Amino acid sequence: MMKKLIIGLFALLPSLTMAAGPSVPLLEANNDLTDKASLQRGAQLFMNYCLGCHQMQYQRYERTFRDIGIPTKMGQEQLIFDGSKVGGHILNAIETDDAAKWFGAAPPDLTLVDRVRGTNWVYTYLKSFYVDESRPFGVNNTVFPSVGMPHVLQELQGVPTARFEEVEEHGVKIQKVVEITTDGSGEMSDDEYDQAARDITNFLAYVGEPSRLESEAIGYKVIAFLIVLFILAFLLKKEYWRDVH
Amino acid sequence: MFGSIIDWIDQRIPMTRVWNMHIAQYPAPKNFNFWYFFGSLAMLVLVNQIVTGIWLTMNYVPSAEGAFASIEYIMRDVEYGWLLRYLHSTGASAFFVVVYLHMFRGMIYGSYQKPRELLWLFGMFIFLALMAEAFMGYLLPWGQMSFWGAQVIISLFGAIPVIGPELTEWIRGDYVISGATLNRFFALHVIALPLVLVILIFLHIIALHEVGSNNPDGVEIKRKKGSVAEEDKAKFKFHEYYTNKKDIVDAIPFHPYYTVKDIVGVVGFLILFCWVVFFAPAMGGFFLEAPNFEAANPLKTPEHIFPVWYFTPFYAILRAIPDKLLGVVAMGASIVVLALLPWIDRGNVKSIRYRCGMHKLNIAQFVVTFIILGWVGATPQTDFKTILSQITTVTYFMFFVLLFVYSKNEKTKPVPERLTK
Repeated sequence: MMKKLIIGLFALLPSLTMAAGPSVPLLEANNDLTDKASLQRGAQLFMNYCLGCHQMQYQRYERTFRDIGIPTKMGQEQLIFDGSKVGGHILNAIETDDAAKWFGAAPPDLTLVDRVRGTNWVYTYLKSFYVDESRPFGVNNTVFPSVGMPHVLQELQGVPTARFEEVEEHGVKIQKVVEITTDGSGEMSDDEYDQAARDITNFLAYVGEPSRLESEAIGYKVIAFLIVLFILAFLLKKEYWRDVH
Repeated sequence: MFGSIIDWIDQRIPMTRVWNMHIAQYPAPKNFNFWYFFGSLAMLVLVNQIVTGIWLTMNYVPSAEGAFASIEYIMRDVEYGWLLRYLHSTGASAFFVVVYLHMFRGMIYGSYQKPRELLWLFGMFIFLALMAEAFMGYLLPWGQMSFWGAQVIISLFGAIPVIGPELTEWIRGDYVISGATLNRFFALHVIALPLVLVILIFLHIIALHEVGSNNPDGVEIKRKKGSVAEEDKAKFKFHEYYTNKKDIVDAIPFHPYYTVKDIVGVVGFLILFCWVVFFAPAMGGFFLEAPNFEAANPLKTPEHIFPVWYFTPFYAILRAIPDKLLGVVAMGASIVVLALLPWIDRGNVKSIRYRCGMHKLNIAQFVVTFIILGWVGATPQTDFKTILSQITTVTYFMFFVLLFVYSKNEKTKPVPERLTK
C-alpha cells in the first residue's frame, strides 16, 4: 500500500512542474518608471495608437502630464485630441455597444492593465503579434491567442511573421511559435520598435499605479526614521529593564 | 493642580484604579520572549484598520456601479488615498500574520490549558469574527476576485442539507451576488463586525487579566497565599486585587517594563509593515490579487479563483475532499477543533520546553502541514496537489488525535519550580 502510494506520488510529480507559469515565456520589460523621456514617448504613442479604442477612465490628463513632466499647456495642445478638459479623464468617443459589435468584445479599459496582467506581459504582448490570415484582423498574438484587435503598431514594426516548430506538450504534438521577425516595412528598426514597446509598457505601468514613485520616496524616509526610532526604543527598554535583571 | 484634577475624576470614575489594576500594577511574568509581542501588535493593527477604514469610508461608494471606480478615485484623486488604502489592505494581511503567530504562541506554551480555557475560546471567537470581517471587506473593492471569491465562499453554505439554497439567498439578499450583497457586506464590515471584534477583544483582555498571563516556561507566577517566603516574592508593587488573593513570584509590572518592550516590538513590526506598504503593497499577488484590479464581471469567470492567502489552508482542506458537503464539514471542523484544544490536550505540563519529544515532533509537523495547505490552497490544482492536500488534511487532524492520545500519560521533563532566566 505504502509503496504504491509513493510510486503514485512520484508519477504525479511532473504535473506539478507543468502547471507552473503560462505556456509562453514572457520577455523582460526592463522598463524604468523614473525615465521621464520614456514615459513621455509612451504617453504619445498611447494617445496616438491606443486611445482610439482603449480608454483610461480612472486616470486624468492633468495629473498624468504633471507626473511625467509634460507642461500642462503643451500636453493640452499636443496630446488631447478630442478637446477634453485637461482636468478630465482620458476617455474616447467609442460606444461600448458599437465596439462590441465591431470587435466581438468591447476593447478593455487600460488604466489597470499593468496590474491585472503584469508589466512583462504587456511588453511581451506588444511584441507578439504575427500574421495569421485565419483571424478577422489578419493577426494573432502568442500571449493572447485569438486576440480580437488589429496590430495597430504594424506601421511602426512592419509585418511580423511567425516561425513555427512542432513541439510536444502534455504528450500532444502542437505547432508553436518560436520566433517572430518583421519584413522591415515598418518605420522603425527592431531596436527602435523594442524601445517603443518598452515606452508604452512603461507608461501603462505608471498609469496602473501613479503613486508608485511618490510611495517609494516617502517609504525610504519612513523606514529610515523607524530604524532610528528602533534604536532609541531598544536603548530605552534596556535602561528600564536594568531593574529587572 | 494636576493632582486635584485627577482626584476630581477619580471620585467620579475609577480612572487611577483601572490604570493601576490593568497597567501600572498588573503583574506580568518577567520572562516573556519574542512570541509575546503579537498580542500588542494585533491591537496596533486593529487600531490601524479602524482609523484607515474610517477615512476610506469617507470616499468609498458602496454600490455595484460605483465601488470599483471609487477605489480608483481613492488611489488617484484623494490626497494620500493610496496610502490609506495600502495601509488598510496590508493591515488586513498583517492582522492574520500576527494573529496566526499569536495563536501559535498559545499552542507551543500551552496557554489554552486550565485555567485559560475561556481566554482561548474568546480568542477563537475573535479569530472567527476576524475571518468574517476580512471576507466581507474583500468584497468591497468589487473586483473580479472580490466577486468570484465571495461567490465560491457563499455557495459553500448551499451544501448544507434542506436549508442550504435558501440560506445562500438569505446571505446574498439576491439570487446572485449583486449590489444588495455589496451593501449589506459594507454595513457588516464597517459597523457590525468591528463592534463585535472590539467587544470580544475587551472580554479577551478581561479574561486574561483575571487568570494572568502564561509564559514560556508554563509555570504559574501566582502561588497560594502564604506559600511563598517574603524574600522570594516579586519586589515590585502590584495591585492589591492580585496580592490579596495570591503570592506573586517572578513578576514585573506591565507598565513600564512591557510597555517599553512592546514599543521595541511595535517599531520592529512597523519597519516590516511599512516596507510592504510603500514598496510591495501587492506582495507578489498574495496581499492584493492581480485579477482584483479588474472590475467585477458576473459574465466572466476568472481562470483560477483563490481566496486571499490567510484563508488558503482551510480552503485547501475544503478542496481536498471530493464531496462538497463533507468538504464544508471538514473545513468547519478544522477551525472548531482548534477551539477544543483545551480539552483535547490532557497534559499537565504547559510549555513545549518540558513536554515529550513526540509533542515537539507533532507541533513541527503541524506547522509544515499548515504551510503546505496554505500553498496548495493558493495555487492551481493538479493531481499531485490534490493528493498532497488530502495527506495534509489527514496530518492536520492527526495533530489533535495524537495530542489527545499521548497527552494522557505523557512522559514530561521536570518542570522548574520558578521561572528560568
